[in-house]
Amino acid sequence: MADQALAALQDRIRAAAAAMQPLVICGGGTKTFYGEACVGERVETTTVAGIVAYAPNELVITARGGTLLAEIELAMAEHQQYLAFEPPRFAAGGTLGGAIATGLSGPRRPYAGAARDFVLGLRIVDGTGEALTFGGRVMKNVAGFDVSRLQTGALGTLGVITEVSLKCLPQSKAEATVVQACAVDESIRRVNVWGGKPLPLSATCYWNGRLWVRLSGAESAVSAAMQSIGGDRIEHAQEFWESVRDHAHPFFVAAQREDKALWRLSVKSTAPHADLEGEQLIEWGGALRWLVTAKDADRAPIRVWAKSSGGHATLFRGGNRSGVFTPLDATIATLHKRLKATFDPHGIVNRGRLYADF
Amino acid sequence: MLDPTVHAALAAILPPSALLTTQEETKPYECDGLTLYREVPGAVLLPDNEGQVVAILRRCHELSVPVVARGAGTSLPGGTLPVAAGVVLSLAKFKRILSIDRDARTAIVQPGVRNLAITEAVAPYGLYYAPDPSSQIACSIGGNVAENAGGVHCLKYGLTVHNIRRVRGVLISGDVVEFGSDALDSPGYDLLALITGSEGLLAVITEITVKLLPKPQLAKVALAAFASVEQAGSAVGAIIAAGIVPAGLEMMDQQATRAAEAFVHAGYPLDAAAMLLIETDGTPEEVAGEMEEIKRVLAAERATEIRISSDEAERALYWSGRKAAFPAVGRIAPDYYCIDGTIPRAALAHVLRQIATWSTEYGLACANVFHAGDGNLHPLILFDANKPGDKERTIAFGDQILALCIEVGGTITGEHGVGVEKLGGMCAQFAPAELERFRSIKTAFDQQGLLNPGKAVPTLARCAEFGRMHVHHGNLRHPDLPRF
Repeated sequence: MADQALAALQDRIRAAAAAMQPLVICGGGTKTFYGEACVGERVETTTVAGIVAYAPNELVITARGGTLLAEIELAMAEHQQYLAFEPPRFAAGGTLGGAIATGLSGPRRPYAGAARDFVLGLRIVDGTGEALTFGGRVMKNVAGFDVSRLQTGALGTLGVITEVSLKCLPQSKAEATVVQACAVDESIRRVNVWGGKPLPLSATCYWNGRLWVRLSGAESAVSAAMQSIGGDRIEHAQEFWESVRDHAHPFFVAAQREDKALWRLSVKSTAPHADLEGEQLIEWGGALRWLVTAKDADRAPIRVWAKSSGGHATLFRGGNRSGVFTPLDATIATLHKRLKATFDPHGIVNRGRLYADF
Repeated sequence: MLDPTVHAALAAILPPSALLTTQEETKPYECDGLTLYREVPGAVLLPDNEGQVVAILRRCHELSVPVVARGAGTSLPGGTLPVAAGVVLSLAKFKRILSIDRDARTAIVQPGVRNLAITEAVAPYGLYYAPDPSSQIACSIGGNVAENAGGVHCLKYGLTVHNIRRVRGVLISGDVVEFGSDALDSPGYDLLALITGSEGLLAVITEITVKLLPKPQLAKVALAAFASVEQAGSAVGAIIAAGIVPAGLEMMDQQATRAAEAFVHAGYPLDAAAMLLIETDGTPEEVAGEMEEIKRVLAAERATEIRISSDEAERALYWSGRKAAFPAVGRIAPDYYCIDGTIPRAALAHVLRQIATWSTEYGLACANVFHAGDGNLHPLILFDANKPGDKERTIAFGDQILALCIEVGGTITGEHGVGVEKLGGMCAQFAPAELERFRSIKTAFDQQGLLNPGKAVPTLARCAEFGRMHVHHGNLRHPDLPRF
């Protein structure tokens, strides 16, 4: 069934390549707001679905690209394991392929790693219709260039992800979230100081004068850390972090209004608080700043601040969907175009989704 | 011998002391950690700043001169084997730690800085650099990035690719590029991941921002002995199944244990068929709790002996034998050949049994050390290069082990890289279309193929030759011939 679907996908891409017909890859359709607008015929990937292999003792799961994230997490939860990069779910129906193609990671990212850090190998159908395998199902593998991570976050511009092998981790034995009131500059200072100490941090969030900190690990380590950093323990912590991860938190809900735009500023964790127009929410131990602006706010000061703070700014949601990612410098842009040509010489898969000119 | 035009071009960039061309000067660079292959380079260049690297690459690009970048020269698969008509670009003078950012927990280092020197420099801040290849006292960080080096703590703390933020380098065109940034991600494709483990084929690295971690308050190691390799392998699976991700999880077979014990006198159990080293780290309470759990699992898995390090000195002692396993084996045989395959852990017993059978067939002893937590197996084949036929049989034996790694779902290299040694293995592991994409990626960065030519990615001709050797179910038709 899945093999037939894969063959059909290959045929479809081969035909499109021959006809120079642009294709838009569509999985669960839960992240269509992200990236540049791109046009073409829709290719559904949810037909290539299902868990291929799961060996809890090996800490590895392999599933096809169209598999629902929810299905994967359910299978892993039965063995007290999980995807530690906490892929966001902006709506029900998100797929594994979509999670890896966007490469987005949730609140645990600075402490556990990003989507790309957990990818052990993958299979793609590239822009010529060729089915290719890179990496593997083992923890360590340095044979060949790291195409698996190159595909992660490439937004489908280098092919359709049809199968992924991921490293799994056991769930923490204990978890607790504390909240404390503090000023924004102080919150940035605190999370960086804590980050340099052997504390079991697993997420931070600053919003509206309050700092939430999640601790995960052995029962003894979590309770000792709660004592050491202070604050009040909150109930329903899981719901709180899921709302941050999935943008269901009031801050993000407000950001989705028609007249608003949501910016994602990925910067050095110690960067001082940005004096920019709009409301902010800070995650990732200071390394991720979300900013809600008016829909047509001037982009220049936002980009300038992110760059001077060691990172980059993305127009994540809303606003004009053109030029959403930080422009690449000339040499790096040339490398991107050559890599695109390597996997998609006819320029047909998700053309323009990442940058308009490829 | 270097072409006079090339020599003149390089002499215009470098002072005479940084341009080595005589046989006496260049001979020491003829090989790296893999002595089976040797080639004296046309010249050895020792620049001390990025401007010189840019000028060298630009001129070599114009004159079509192959360039092999080299760090400390500890590569095990011949990753820095010189090219006779080309130059070796040594980064040995790039050995400064440029800055340490305590709050952001990062350090900016030059590629020639030794791996362990980073941890030593940041120790006063309670921080360390996590990847710890066994050669960490000698190997340099630039080489670690080029090979995506691992170590004994990868299962919990990751490989090099997980522990760097930014790489600055120079393309063969002379263009300076930055991959990654001070942030946790970058716009566009993940070129930081692509450059990591690219074996010097894409760019010459001139600067690296490494991520630093807070040093755990306490670490303890358990030493467990088993009556069979199967039982030790089963215990590893049981530890993982219990929800424990140890900081380190290593296995040694009897041959390796005995060699190491004779070398460092760590008190290893000599009668055990296999032993495990299991490290746990964290707060004292965490370590105590996890160690109890580990002991319970080990007992249930019928360990014949369990010892827990009582202090830091004893922990270091238990690790010393494992870290010195390679030189220890080097003492009991004139030469040894280190293999670096990764396998799914479930296949361990099968693979080790097969290795033992081949060991008897070839008449070559083999000691096995194993990063058991992440499935990375290092069989060390003992041989005598002065004995006619020994070298050829050793290579054939190694090839069979790697073919078996692929067969059970693993890979031909877990952390050492492909270099020149495993080019044939690449033909076996990857389909022609996949190798074609690798070649195209190489061309995207280096159209003429000047950076580290002949490494990592096999040519079509090489694979055609390999294909004629009829690999079938891991059994080569003429096992006496040298292969990958």
